[in-house]
Amino acid sequence: MAVTSKASASRMSIQARDNIAGFLFIAPWLIHFVFLIAGAMVFSMGISFFKTDFLTGFEFVGFGNWRDMFQDELFWKALRVTSYYTFVLVPASVILALTIAVLMNQKVKALGVWRTVYYLPSVVQGVAVAVLWGYVLNPRFGLLNQGLELIGIDDGPRWLFSEDWAVPGFILMGLWGAGGAMLLYLAGLQGIPTHLYEAADLDGAGSVRKFFAVTIPMLTPTIYFNVLISIIASFQVFTQALILTAGGPNNATLTLVLLLYREGFQNFQFGYASAIAWGLFCVTFIFAILVVRTSSTWVHYEGETNN
Amino acid sequence: MGGLIFLAPLLWMLSTSFKPEHQVYNVPIEWIPETFDYQNYIEGWRYLDFPQFYINTTYLTVVNIFGLLLSSSLVAFGFARIRFWGREWIFLVLLSTMMLPQQVTMIPIYVFWSRLGFVNTYWPLIIPEFLTNAFNVFLLRQFFMSINLELDDAARIDGAGWLMIYARVLMPLSKPALGVLAIMAFTWNWNNFLYPLIYINETRKYTVAIGLRLFETQQSQYMAETMAMTMVALIPVLLVFYLAQARFIQGIVITGVKG
Repeated sequence: MAVTSKASASRMSIQARDNIAGFLFIAPWLIHFVFLIAGAMVFSMGISFFKTDFLTGFEFVGFGNWRDMFQDELFWKALRVTSYYTFVLVPASVILALTIAVLMNQKVKALGVWRTVYYLPSVVQGVAVAVLWGYVLNPRFGLLNQGLELIGIDDGPRWLFSEDWAVPGFILMGLWGAGGAMLLYLAGLQGIPTHLYEAADLDGAGSVRKFFAVTIPMLTPTIYFNVLISIIASFQVFTQALILTAGGPNNATLTLVLLLYREGFQNFQFGYASAIAWGLFCVTFIFAILVVRTSSTWVHYEGETNN
Repeated sequence: MGGLIFLAPLLWMLSTSFKPEHQVYNVPIEWIPETFDYQNYIEGWRYLDFPQFYINTTYLTVVNIFGLLLSSSLVAFGFARIRFWGREWIFLVLLSTMMLPQQVTMIPIYVFWSRLGFVNTYWPLIIPEFLTNAFNVFLLRQFFMSINLELDDAARIDGAGWLMIYARVLMPLSKPALGVLAIMAFTWNWNNFLYPLIYINETRKYTVAIGLRLFETQQSQYMAETMAMTMVALIPVLLVFYLAQARFIQGIVITGVKG
Protein backbone atom coordinates (compact mmCIF):
# COMPACT_ATOMS: atom_id res chain seq x y z
CA MET A 1 0.00 0.00 0.00
CA ALA A 2 2.68 2.42 1.07
CA VAL A 3 4.78 1.27 -1.85
CA THR A 4 2.10 1.97 -4.47
CA SER A 5 1.29 5.43 -3.10
CA LYS A 6 4.98 6.27 -3.10
CA ALA A 7 5.27 5.03 -6.66
CA SER A 8 2.30 7.07 -7.80
CA ALA A 9 3.68 10.12 -6.00
CA SER A 10 6.94 9.83 -7.90
CA ARG A 11 5.00 9.30 -11.16
CA MET A 12 3.08 12.45 -10.38
CA SER A 13 6.26 14.34 -9.79
CA ILE A 14 7.72 13.11 -13.06
CA GLN A 15 4.58 14.35 -14.79
CA ALA A 16 4.82 17.66 -12.92
CA ARG A 17 8.45 18.01 -13.92
CA ASP A 18 7.56 17.23 -17.53
CA ASN A 19 4.87 19.88 -17.41
CA ILE A 20 7.39 22.47 -16.30
CA ALA A 21 10.01 21.28 -18.79
CA GLY A 22 7.46 21.30 -21.63
CA PHE A 23 6.40 24.85 -20.94
CA LEU A 24 10.00 26.01 -20.61
CA PHE A 25 10.85 24.50 -23.99
CA ILE A 26 7.91 26.09 -25.74
CA ALA A 27 8.35 29.39 -23.84
CA PRO A 28 9.78 31.29 -26.86
CA TRP A 29 6.67 30.59 -28.87
CA LEU A 30 4.38 31.27 -25.90
CA ILE A 31 5.96 34.71 -25.49
CA HIS A 32 5.58 35.24 -29.22
CA PHE A 33 1.95 34.20 -29.05
CA VAL A 34 0.99 36.25 -25.98
CA PHE A 35 2.61 39.51 -27.09
CA LEU A 36 3.00 39.46 -30.87
CA ILE A 37 -0.13 37.50 -31.77
CA ALA A 38 -2.90 37.41 -29.14
CA GLY A 39 -2.03 40.73 -27.49
CA ALA A 40 -1.47 42.38 -30.84
CA MET A 41 -4.77 41.05 -32.20
CA VAL A 42 -6.72 42.42 -29.25
CA PHE A 43 -4.91 45.75 -29.58
CA SER A 44 -5.48 45.82 -33.33
CA MET A 45 -9.17 45.17 -32.86
CA GLY A 46 -9.24 47.91 -30.20
CA ILE A 47 -7.59 50.62 -32.28
CA SER A 48 -9.87 49.85 -35.23
CA PHE A 49 -12.50 51.70 -33.15
CA PHE A 50 -10.37 54.83 -32.85
CA LYS A 51 -9.19 57.57 -35.13
CA THR A 52 -5.54 57.92 -34.20
CA ASP A 53 -2.05 58.59 -35.52
CA PHE A 54 -0.54 57.78 -32.08
CA LEU A 55 1.00 61.24 -31.91
CA THR A 56 -1.66 63.93 -31.82
CA GLY A 57 -4.57 62.10 -30.31
CA PHE A 58 -7.06 59.35 -29.83
CA GLU A 59 -10.67 59.75 -30.78
CA PHE A 60 -13.21 57.00 -30.23
CA VAL A 61 -15.24 56.57 -33.40
CA GLY A 62 -17.01 53.27 -32.68
CA PHE A 63 -17.64 51.42 -35.90
CA GLY A 64 -16.75 54.55 -37.89
CA ASN A 65 -13.64 53.07 -39.47
CA TRP A 66 -15.51 49.90 -40.37
CA ARG A 67 -18.36 51.88 -41.90
CA ASP A 68 -15.87 54.02 -43.83
CA MET A 69 -14.20 50.89 -45.08
CA PHE A 70 -17.43 49.39 -46.40
CA GLN A 71 -18.25 52.70 -48.09
CA ASP A 72 -14.73 53.22 -49.39
CA GLU A 73 -14.67 52.56 -53.12
CA LEU A 74 -10.91 52.01 -52.88
CA PHE A 75 -11.40 49.16 -50.41
CA TRP A 76 -13.78 47.36 -52.77
CA LYS A 77 -11.47 48.07 -55.68
CA ALA A 78 -8.53 46.63 -53.71
CA LEU A 79 -10.60 43.60 -52.77
CA ARG A 80 -11.50 43.00 -56.42
CA VAL A 81 -7.90 43.46 -57.58
CA THR A 82 -6.51 41.14 -54.91
CA SER A 83 -9.18 38.48 -55.49
CA TYR A 84 -8.63 38.59 -59.24
CA TYR A 85 -4.89 38.16 -58.72
CA THR A 86 -5.36 35.30 -56.24
CA PHE A 87 -8.01 33.32 -58.07
CA VAL A 88 -6.18 33.35 -61.37
CA LEU A 89 -2.68 32.87 -59.98
CA VAL A 90 -3.38 30.03 -57.53
CA PRO A 91 -5.13 27.61 -59.96
CA ALA A 92 -2.80 28.57 -62.80
CA SER A 93 0.29 27.91 -60.73
CA VAL A 94 -1.07 24.58 -59.49
CA ILE A 95 -1.62 23.49 -63.10
CA LEU A 96 1.76 24.79 -64.25
CA ALA A 97 3.69 23.28 -61.32
CA LEU A 98 1.87 19.97 -61.68
CA THR A 99 2.50 19.82 -65.43
CA ILE A 100 6.21 20.47 -65.03
CA ALA A 101 6.46 17.97 -62.18
CA VAL A 102 4.71 15.25 -64.20
CA LEU A 103 6.91 15.91 -67.25
CA MET A 104 10.03 15.79 -65.09
CA ASN A 105 8.92 12.54 -63.54
CA GLN A 106 9.13 10.80 -66.95
CA LYS A 107 12.73 9.63 -66.73
CA VAL A 108 14.06 12.89 -68.15
CA LYS A 109 17.69 13.13 -69.15
CA ALA A 110 19.72 15.38 -66.84
CA LEU A 111 16.84 15.65 -64.40
CA GLY A 112 18.99 17.53 -61.89
CA VAL A 113 19.69 20.33 -64.37
CA TRP A 114 16.03 20.77 -65.27
CA ARG A 115 14.95 20.66 -61.66
CA THR A 116 17.40 23.46 -60.93
CA VAL A 117 16.26 25.50 -63.92
CA TYR A 118 12.63 25.44 -62.84
CA TYR A 119 13.32 25.77 -59.16
CA LEU A 120 15.84 28.61 -59.38
CA PRO A 121 13.36 31.45 -60.11
CA SER A 122 11.32 30.56 -57.03
CA VAL A 123 14.36 31.05 -54.80
CA VAL A 124 14.85 34.63 -55.87
CA GLN A 125 12.04 36.78 -54.58
CA GLY A 126 11.08 40.17 -53.28
CA VAL A 127 12.42 43.49 -54.48
CA ALA A 128 14.97 42.05 -56.90
CA VAL A 129 12.33 40.05 -58.74
CA ALA A 130 9.99 43.04 -58.85
CA VAL A 131 12.71 45.26 -60.30
CA LEU A 132 13.70 42.61 -62.84
CA TRP A 133 10.11 42.03 -63.93
CA GLY A 134 9.53 45.75 -64.22
CA TYR A 135 11.96 45.57 -67.14
CA VAL A 136 10.75 42.19 -68.42
CA LEU A 137 7.26 43.65 -68.74
CA ASN A 138 8.36 46.86 -70.39
CA PRO A 139 6.14 47.22 -73.48
CA ARG A 140 8.87 48.47 -75.79
CA PHE A 141 12.18 46.79 -75.01
CA GLY A 142 11.04 44.27 -72.38
CA LEU A 143 11.91 40.61 -72.69
CA LEU A 144 8.29 39.45 -72.74
CA ASN A 145 7.02 41.56 -75.62
CA GLN A 146 10.14 40.85 -77.62
CA GLY A 147 9.49 37.16 -77.05
CA LEU A 148 5.89 37.63 -78.18
CA GLU A 149 7.19 39.28 -81.33
CA LEU A 150 9.13 36.10 -82.13
CA ILE A 151 5.88 34.15 -82.21
CA GLY A 152 4.18 36.75 -84.38
CA ILE A 153 2.46 39.03 -81.84
CA ASP A 154 3.84 42.33 -82.98
CA ASP A 155 2.40 44.80 -80.55
CA GLY A 156 2.12 43.00 -77.26
CA PRO A 157 0.11 44.37 -74.32
CA ARG A 158 1.33 47.47 -72.52
CA TRP A 159 1.39 45.40 -69.29
CA LEU A 160 2.03 47.58 -66.26
CA PHE A 161 0.98 50.71 -68.14
CA SER A 162 -2.42 49.30 -68.98
CA GLU A 163 -5.38 49.01 -66.63
CA ASP A 164 -6.36 45.69 -68.18
CA TRP A 165 -2.94 44.09 -68.39
CA ALA A 166 -1.22 45.20 -65.17
CA VAL A 167 -2.65 42.42 -62.97
CA PRO A 168 -2.03 39.73 -65.63
CA GLY A 169 1.56 41.01 -65.64
CA PHE A 170 1.76 40.42 -61.89
CA ILE A 171 0.25 36.98 -62.37
CA LEU A 172 2.97 36.05 -64.88
CA MET A 173 5.51 37.26 -62.35
CA GLY A 174 3.89 34.97 -59.77
CA LEU A 175 3.85 32.01 -62.16
CA TRP A 176 7.58 32.41 -62.63
CA GLY A 177 7.92 31.26 -59.01
CA ALA A 178 5.91 28.06 -59.48
CA GLY A 179 9.08 26.00 -59.12
CA GLY A 180 8.73 25.76 -55.35
CA ALA A 181 5.38 23.98 -55.66
CA MET A 182 6.77 21.93 -58.56
CA LEU A 183 9.36 20.50 -56.18
CA LEU A 184 6.71 19.51 -53.66
CA TYR A 185 4.66 17.79 -56.37
CA LEU A 186 7.74 16.03 -57.65
CA ALA A 187 8.39 14.72 -54.15
CA GLY A 188 4.75 13.61 -53.98
CA LEU A 189 4.95 11.90 -57.37
CA GLN A 190 8.02 9.96 -56.35
CA GLY A 191 6.20 8.81 -53.24
CA ILE A 192 3.35 7.14 -55.17
CA PRO A 193 3.77 3.37 -54.83
CA THR A 194 4.32 1.68 -58.21
CA HIS A 195 1.91 -1.14 -57.36
CA LEU A 196 -0.98 1.31 -57.86
CA TYR A 197 0.09 1.87 -61.47
CA GLU A 198 0.65 -1.87 -61.94
CA ALA A 199 -2.87 -2.53 -60.70
CA ALA A 200 -4.18 0.11 -63.12
CA ASP A 201 -2.23 -1.57 -65.93
CA LEU A 202 -3.91 -4.86 -65.11
CA ASP A 203 -7.27 -3.13 -65.31
CA GLY A 204 -6.29 -1.95 -68.78
CA ALA A 205 -6.13 1.75 -67.89
CA GLY A 206 -4.45 4.07 -70.40
CA SER A 207 -2.00 6.75 -69.38
CA VAL A 208 -4.64 9.49 -69.27
CA ARG A 209 -6.89 7.37 -67.11
CA LYS A 210 -3.96 6.49 -64.86
CA PHE A 211 -3.16 10.16 -64.48
CA PHE A 212 -6.65 11.09 -63.33
CA ALA A 213 -7.41 7.92 -61.35
CA VAL A 214 -4.06 7.37 -59.63
CA THR A 215 -1.68 10.31 -59.93
CA ILE A 216 -4.03 13.18 -59.17
CA PRO A 217 -5.84 11.53 -56.22
CA MET A 218 -2.52 10.54 -54.67
CA LEU A 219 -1.28 14.12 -54.99
CA THR A 220 -4.37 15.81 -53.59
CA PRO A 221 -2.99 16.09 -50.03
CA THR A 222 0.01 18.01 -51.40
CA ILE A 223 -2.19 20.11 -53.68
CA TYR A 224 -4.50 20.88 -50.77
CA PHE A 225 -1.67 22.06 -48.51
CA ASN A 226 -0.21 24.10 -51.35
CA VAL A 227 -3.50 25.74 -52.37
CA LEU A 228 -4.22 26.77 -48.79
CA ILE A 229 -0.78 28.32 -48.27
CA SER A 230 -0.88 30.00 -51.70
CA ILE A 231 -4.28 31.61 -51.17
CA ILE A 232 -3.17 33.11 -47.86
CA ALA A 233 0.11 34.32 -49.39
CA SER A 234 -1.47 35.72 -52.57
CA PHE A 235 -3.93 37.84 -50.63
CA GLN A 236 -0.89 39.55 -49.12
CA VAL A 237 0.60 40.60 -52.48
CA PHE A 238 2.37 43.91 -51.93
CA THR A 239 6.01 44.33 -52.99
CA GLN A 240 5.49 44.50 -56.76
CA ALA A 241 2.45 46.76 -56.39
CA LEU A 242 4.41 49.24 -54.27
CA ILE A 243 7.61 49.19 -56.31
CA LEU A 244 6.42 48.85 -59.88
CA THR A 245 3.05 50.52 -60.17
CA ALA A 246 2.35 52.21 -56.81
CA GLY A 247 -1.15 50.82 -57.27
CA GLY A 248 -1.70 52.34 -60.70
CA PRO A 249 -2.64 52.84 -63.42
CA ASN A 250 -5.92 54.21 -62.10
CA ASN A 251 -5.75 51.84 -59.08
CA ALA A 252 -5.70 48.79 -61.34
CA THR A 253 -3.05 47.21 -59.08
CA LEU A 254 -4.19 48.63 -55.75
CA THR A 255 -3.92 45.53 -53.55
CA LEU A 256 -5.36 45.24 -50.05
CA VAL A 257 -1.97 45.33 -48.34
CA LEU A 258 -0.87 48.31 -50.42
CA LEU A 259 -4.02 50.15 -49.34
CA LEU A 260 -3.31 49.19 -45.73
CA TYR A 261 0.31 50.35 -46.02
CA ARG A 262 -0.77 53.69 -47.50
CA GLU A 263 -3.41 54.36 -44.87
CA GLY A 264 -1.22 53.22 -41.98
CA PHE A 265 2.33 54.18 -42.78
CA GLN A 266 1.87 57.07 -45.19
CA ASN A 267 -1.36 58.73 -44.00
CA PHE A 268 -0.90 57.60 -40.37
CA GLN A 269 -4.55 56.55 -40.11
CA PHE A 270 -3.69 53.62 -37.87
CA GLY A 271 -7.30 53.02 -36.79
CA TYR A 272 -8.55 52.84 -40.36
CA ALA A 273 -5.57 50.73 -41.42
CA SER A 274 -6.37 48.28 -38.60
CA ALA A 275 -9.92 47.97 -39.85
CA ILE A 276 -8.54 47.16 -43.32
CA ALA A 277 -6.20 44.58 -41.77
CA TRP A 278 -9.21 42.88 -40.21
CA GLY A 279 -11.07 43.10 -43.50
CA LEU A 280 -8.12 41.31 -45.12
CA PHE A 281 -8.16 38.72 -42.36
CA CYS A 282 -11.88 38.05 -42.74
CA VAL A 283 -11.63 37.61 -46.50
CA THR A 284 -8.62 35.30 -46.22
CA PHE A 285 -10.29 33.36 -43.46
CA ILE A 286 -13.52 32.86 -45.43
CA PHE A 287 -11.68 31.51 -48.45
CA ALA A 288 -9.38 29.34 -46.35
CA ILE A 289 -12.39 27.86 -44.53
CA LEU A 290 -14.08 27.22 -47.87
CA VAL A 291 -11.06 25.25 -49.04
CA VAL A 292 -10.81 23.36 -45.74
CA ARG A 293 -14.53 22.55 -45.67
CA THR A 294 -14.66 21.29 -49.24
CA SER A 295 -11.40 19.37 -48.84
CA SER A 296 -13.11 16.18 -47.68
CA THR A 297 -14.81 15.92 -51.07
CA TRP A 298 -11.65 16.12 -53.14
CA VAL A 299 -8.64 15.36 -50.95
CA HIS A 300 -7.77 11.69 -50.94
CA TYR A 301 -5.85 10.21 -48.03
CA GLU A 302 -4.38 6.84 -48.82
CA GLY A 303 -4.68 5.74 -45.18
CA GLU A 304 -8.47 6.02 -45.30
CA THR A 305 -9.00 3.46 -48.05
CA ASN A 306 -6.74 0.97 -46.33
CA ASN A 307 -8.85 0.97 -43.19
CA MET B 1 12.37 24.69 -74.26
CA GLY B 2 10.06 25.56 -71.40
CA GLY B 3 13.11 25.57 -69.20
CA LEU B 4 14.69 28.24 -71.36
CA ILE B 5 11.64 30.45 -70.91
CA PHE B 6 11.96 30.07 -67.15
CA LEU B 7 15.64 30.89 -67.22
CA ALA B 8 15.41 33.73 -69.75
CA PRO B 9 14.70 36.61 -67.32
CA LEU B 10 17.74 35.73 -65.21
CA LEU B 11 19.99 35.36 -68.24
CA TRP B 12 18.69 38.61 -69.65
CA MET B 13 19.46 40.35 -66.38
CA LEU B 14 22.96 38.93 -66.31
CA SER B 15 23.71 39.95 -69.86
CA THR B 16 22.14 43.41 -69.50
CA SER B 17 24.12 44.14 -66.38
CA PHE B 18 27.34 44.01 -68.43
CA LYS B 19 26.07 45.95 -71.41
CA PRO B 20 26.97 49.53 -72.16
CA GLU B 21 23.88 51.68 -71.53
CA HIS B 22 23.29 52.40 -75.25
CA GLN B 23 23.01 48.70 -76.08
CA VAL B 24 20.30 47.73 -73.61
CA TYR B 25 17.41 49.19 -75.57
CA ASN B 26 18.34 47.59 -78.87
CA VAL B 27 15.53 45.65 -80.50
CA PRO B 28 15.68 42.70 -81.03
CA ILE B 29 17.55 41.78 -77.88
CA GLU B 30 21.27 41.30 -78.21
CA TRP B 31 22.14 38.57 -75.75
CA ILE B 32 25.89 39.05 -75.87
CA PRO B 33 27.17 42.40 -74.53
CA GLU B 34 29.36 44.34 -76.98
CA THR B 35 31.98 44.59 -74.28
CA PHE B 36 32.01 42.72 -70.99
CA ASP B 37 32.23 45.76 -68.82
CA TYR B 38 31.76 45.83 -65.08
CA GLN B 39 31.43 49.60 -65.14
CA ASN B 40 27.72 49.34 -64.30
CA TYR B 41 28.54 47.52 -61.09
CA ILE B 42 31.13 50.11 -60.06
CA GLU B 43 28.82 53.03 -60.85
CA GLY B 44 25.97 51.42 -58.93
CA TRP B 45 28.07 50.70 -55.86
CA ARG B 46 29.28 54.31 -55.95
CA TYR B 47 25.82 55.80 -56.21
CA LEU B 48 24.51 54.10 -53.07
CA ASP B 49 26.57 52.52 -50.33
CA PHE B 50 25.79 48.92 -51.24
CA PRO B 51 28.82 47.56 -49.32
CA GLN B 52 27.26 48.99 -46.14
CA PHE B 53 23.87 47.47 -47.08
CA TYR B 54 25.65 44.16 -47.54
CA ILE B 55 27.25 44.33 -44.11
CA ASN B 56 23.92 45.24 -42.50
CA THR B 57 21.99 42.49 -44.24
CA THR B 58 24.65 39.87 -43.57
CA TYR B 59 24.69 40.77 -39.88
CA LEU B 60 20.90 40.62 -39.62
CA THR B 61 20.68 37.39 -41.59
CA VAL B 62 23.33 35.56 -39.58
CA VAL B 63 21.92 36.64 -36.21
CA ASN B 64 18.38 35.78 -37.29
CA ILE B 65 19.23 32.35 -38.65
CA PHE B 66 20.89 31.54 -35.34
CA GLY B 67 17.91 32.87 -33.38
CA LEU B 68 15.36 31.08 -35.50
CA LEU B 69 17.12 27.71 -35.42
CA LEU B 70 17.67 27.90 -31.67
CA SER B 71 14.13 28.94 -30.76
CA SER B 72 12.38 26.74 -33.32
CA SER B 73 14.28 23.62 -32.31
CA LEU B 74 13.63 24.19 -28.59
CA VAL B 75 9.91 24.74 -29.14
CA ALA B 76 9.59 21.89 -31.62
CA PHE B 77 11.38 19.61 -29.18
CA GLY B 78 8.89 20.53 -26.46
CA PHE B 79 5.94 19.72 -28.72
CA ALA B 80 7.42 16.56 -30.22
CA ARG B 81 9.06 14.82 -27.26
CA ILE B 82 7.66 16.01 -23.92
CA ARG B 83 4.19 15.03 -22.75
CA PHE B 84 3.02 18.07 -20.86
CA TRP B 85 -0.33 19.37 -19.80
CA GLY B 86 -2.32 20.98 -22.64
CA ARG B 87 0.18 20.05 -25.34
CA GLU B 88 -2.27 18.99 -28.05
CA TRP B 89 -4.47 21.94 -27.38
CA ILE B 90 -1.64 24.49 -27.51
CA PHE B 91 -0.32 22.91 -30.69
CA LEU B 92 -3.71 23.39 -32.31
CA VAL B 93 -3.57 27.07 -31.41
CA LEU B 94 -0.10 27.22 -32.93
CA LEU B 95 -1.34 25.64 -36.16
CA SER B 96 -4.26 28.03 -36.38
CA THR B 97 -1.94 31.07 -36.13
CA MET B 98 -0.46 30.05 -39.47
CA MET B 99 -3.68 31.28 -41.08
CA LEU B 100 -3.29 34.78 -39.66
CA PRO B 101 -1.99 37.32 -42.17
CA GLN B 102 0.95 39.18 -40.64
CA GLN B 103 -0.72 42.48 -41.54
CA VAL B 104 -3.30 42.05 -38.78
CA THR B 105 -0.63 42.35 -36.12
CA MET B 106 1.71 44.64 -38.03
CA ILE B 107 0.36 47.94 -36.73
CA PRO B 108 0.15 47.04 -33.02
CA ILE B 109 3.61 45.53 -33.18
CA TYR B 110 4.88 48.68 -34.86
CA VAL B 111 3.31 50.81 -32.11
CA PHE B 112 4.75 48.47 -29.49
CA TRP B 113 8.31 48.71 -30.82
CA SER B 114 8.09 52.44 -31.39
CA ARG B 115 6.98 52.94 -27.75
CA LEU B 116 10.10 51.03 -26.70
CA GLY B 117 12.16 53.37 -28.89
CA PHE B 118 13.10 50.58 -31.29
CA VAL B 119 12.17 52.31 -34.55
CA ASN B 120 15.24 52.73 -36.76
CA THR B 121 17.01 49.91 -34.88
CA TYR B 122 17.33 46.25 -35.83
CA TRP B 123 15.54 44.98 -32.70
CA PRO B 124 12.09 44.75 -34.35
CA LEU B 125 13.68 42.60 -37.05
CA ILE B 126 15.68 40.41 -34.66
CA ILE B 127 13.58 39.77 -31.55
CA PRO B 128 10.68 38.00 -33.34
CA GLU B 129 13.13 35.54 -34.90
CA PHE B 130 14.35 34.55 -31.43
CA LEU B 131 10.72 33.83 -30.56
CA THR B 132 10.26 31.50 -33.56
CA ASN B 133 7.05 31.13 -35.60
CA ALA B 134 4.41 28.52 -36.21
CA PHE B 135 5.59 27.44 -39.65
CA ASN B 136 9.12 26.55 -38.57
CA VAL B 137 7.95 24.87 -35.38
CA PHE B 138 5.53 22.78 -37.41
CA LEU B 139 8.16 21.65 -39.91
CA LEU B 140 10.73 20.76 -37.25
CA ARG B 141 8.19 19.04 -35.02
CA GLN B 142 7.18 16.80 -37.92
CA PHE B 143 10.82 15.90 -38.34
CA PHE B 144 11.43 15.32 -34.62
CA MET B 145 8.36 13.06 -34.44
CA SER B 146 9.94 10.78 -37.01
CA ILE B 147 12.94 10.11 -34.75
CA ASN B 148 12.57 7.00 -32.61
CA LEU B 149 11.31 7.79 -29.08
CA GLU B 150 13.34 4.92 -27.62
CA LEU B 151 16.44 7.04 -28.08
CA ASP B 152 15.07 9.40 -25.42
CA ASP B 153 14.46 6.52 -23.02
CA ALA B 154 17.93 5.15 -23.57
CA ALA B 155 19.45 8.56 -22.85
CA ARG B 156 17.28 8.95 -19.75
CA ILE B 157 18.52 5.64 -18.36
CA ASP B 158 21.99 7.08 -18.74
CA GLY B 159 20.83 9.96 -16.54
CA ALA B 160 20.23 12.59 -19.22
CA GLY B 161 17.67 15.35 -18.62
CA TRP B 162 15.48 16.92 -21.35
CA LEU B 163 18.03 19.57 -22.23
CA MET B 164 20.69 16.91 -22.65
CA ILE B 165 18.38 14.80 -24.83
CA TYR B 166 17.67 17.87 -26.94
CA ALA B 167 21.32 18.80 -27.35
CA ARG B 168 22.94 15.37 -27.58
CA VAL B 169 20.29 13.16 -29.19
CA LEU B 170 17.85 15.18 -31.26
CA MET B 171 19.99 18.02 -32.60
CA PRO B 172 22.77 15.87 -34.08
CA LEU B 173 20.16 13.71 -35.84
CA SER B 174 18.32 16.74 -37.23
CA LYS B 175 21.08 18.35 -39.27
CA PRO B 176 19.29 17.89 -42.63
CA ALA B 177 16.05 19.46 -41.35
CA LEU B 178 17.93 22.27 -39.61
CA GLY B 179 19.83 22.85 -42.85
CA VAL B 180 16.60 23.26 -44.78
CA LEU B 181 15.29 25.67 -42.17
CA ALA B 182 18.53 27.65 -42.22
CA ILE B 183 18.38 28.06 -45.99
CA MET B 184 14.73 29.10 -45.93
CA ALA B 185 15.54 31.55 -43.13
CA PHE B 186 18.45 32.84 -45.18
CA THR B 187 16.37 33.60 -48.27
CA TRP B 188 13.55 35.03 -46.20
CA ASN B 189 15.80 37.37 -44.24
CA TRP B 190 17.89 38.37 -47.22
CA ASN B 191 14.80 39.23 -49.25
CA ASN B 192 12.67 40.60 -46.41
CA PHE B 193 11.21 43.89 -47.57
CA LEU B 194 8.12 44.96 -45.63
CA TYR B 195 9.65 45.06 -42.14
CA PRO B 196 12.89 46.88 -43.00
CA LEU B 197 10.73 49.26 -45.06
CA ILE B 198 8.60 50.08 -42.03
CA TYR B 199 11.25 50.18 -39.33
CA ILE B 200 14.47 51.45 -40.89
CA ASN B 201 14.60 55.15 -41.81
CA GLU B 202 18.28 55.90 -42.03
CA THR B 203 19.99 55.01 -45.31
CA ARG B 204 23.14 53.99 -43.41
CA LYS B 205 21.14 51.20 -41.74
CA TYR B 206 19.38 50.01 -44.92
CA THR B 207 19.32 46.38 -45.94
CA VAL B 208 20.07 45.33 -49.52
CA ALA B 209 16.34 44.92 -50.28
CA ILE B 210 15.28 48.44 -49.31
CA GLY B 211 18.56 49.79 -50.67
CA LEU B 212 17.73 48.29 -54.06
CA ARG B 213 14.27 49.80 -53.86
CA LEU B 214 15.79 53.23 -53.18
CA PHE B 215 18.17 52.74 -56.09
CA GLU B 216 15.31 51.74 -58.37
CA THR B 217 13.21 54.79 -57.49
CA GLN B 218 16.11 57.12 -58.28
CA GLN B 219 18.05 55.38 -61.04
CA SER B 220 15.65 53.12 -62.92
CA GLN B 221 16.18 55.11 -66.10
CA TYR B 222 19.66 53.54 -66.14
CA MET B 223 18.58 50.03 -66.87
CA ALA B 224 22.02 48.40 -67.10
CA GLU B 225 23.07 49.83 -63.75
CA THR B 226 19.82 48.88 -62.06
CA MET B 227 20.11 45.36 -63.44
CA ALA B 228 23.67 45.22 -62.12
CA MET B 229 22.50 46.19 -58.64
CA THR B 230 19.64 43.68 -58.84
CA MET B 231 22.26 41.08 -59.70
CA VAL B 232 24.30 42.21 -56.70
CA ALA B 233 21.25 41.78 -54.47
CA LEU B 234 20.66 38.28 -55.80
CA ILE B 235 24.22 36.92 -55.84
CA PRO B 236 24.21 35.69 -52.21
CA VAL B 237 20.90 33.92 -52.74
CA LEU B 238 22.11 32.31 -55.96
CA LEU B 239 25.37 31.35 -54.28
CA VAL B 240 23.70 29.73 -51.28
CA PHE B 241 21.28 28.02 -53.63
CA TYR B 242 24.15 26.66 -55.70
CA LEU B 243 26.16 25.44 -52.70
CA ALA B 244 23.19 23.92 -50.90
CA GLN B 245 21.26 22.71 -53.91
CA ALA B 246 21.56 18.96 -53.62
CA ARG B 247 21.01 18.91 -49.89
CA PHE B 248 18.25 21.52 -49.97
CA ILE B 249 16.18 19.78 -52.61
CA GLN B 250 16.68 16.45 -50.88
CA GLY B 251 15.62 18.09 -47.61
CA ILE B 252 12.41 19.41 -49.13
CA VAL B 253 11.65 15.94 -50.34
CA ILE B 254 12.12 14.65 -46.79
CA THR B 255 10.09 17.29 -44.96
CA GLY B 256 7.63 17.65 -47.81
CA VAL B 257 6.60 14.03 -47.74
CA LYS B 258 6.31 13.99 -43.97
CA GLY B 259 4.44 17.29 -43.88
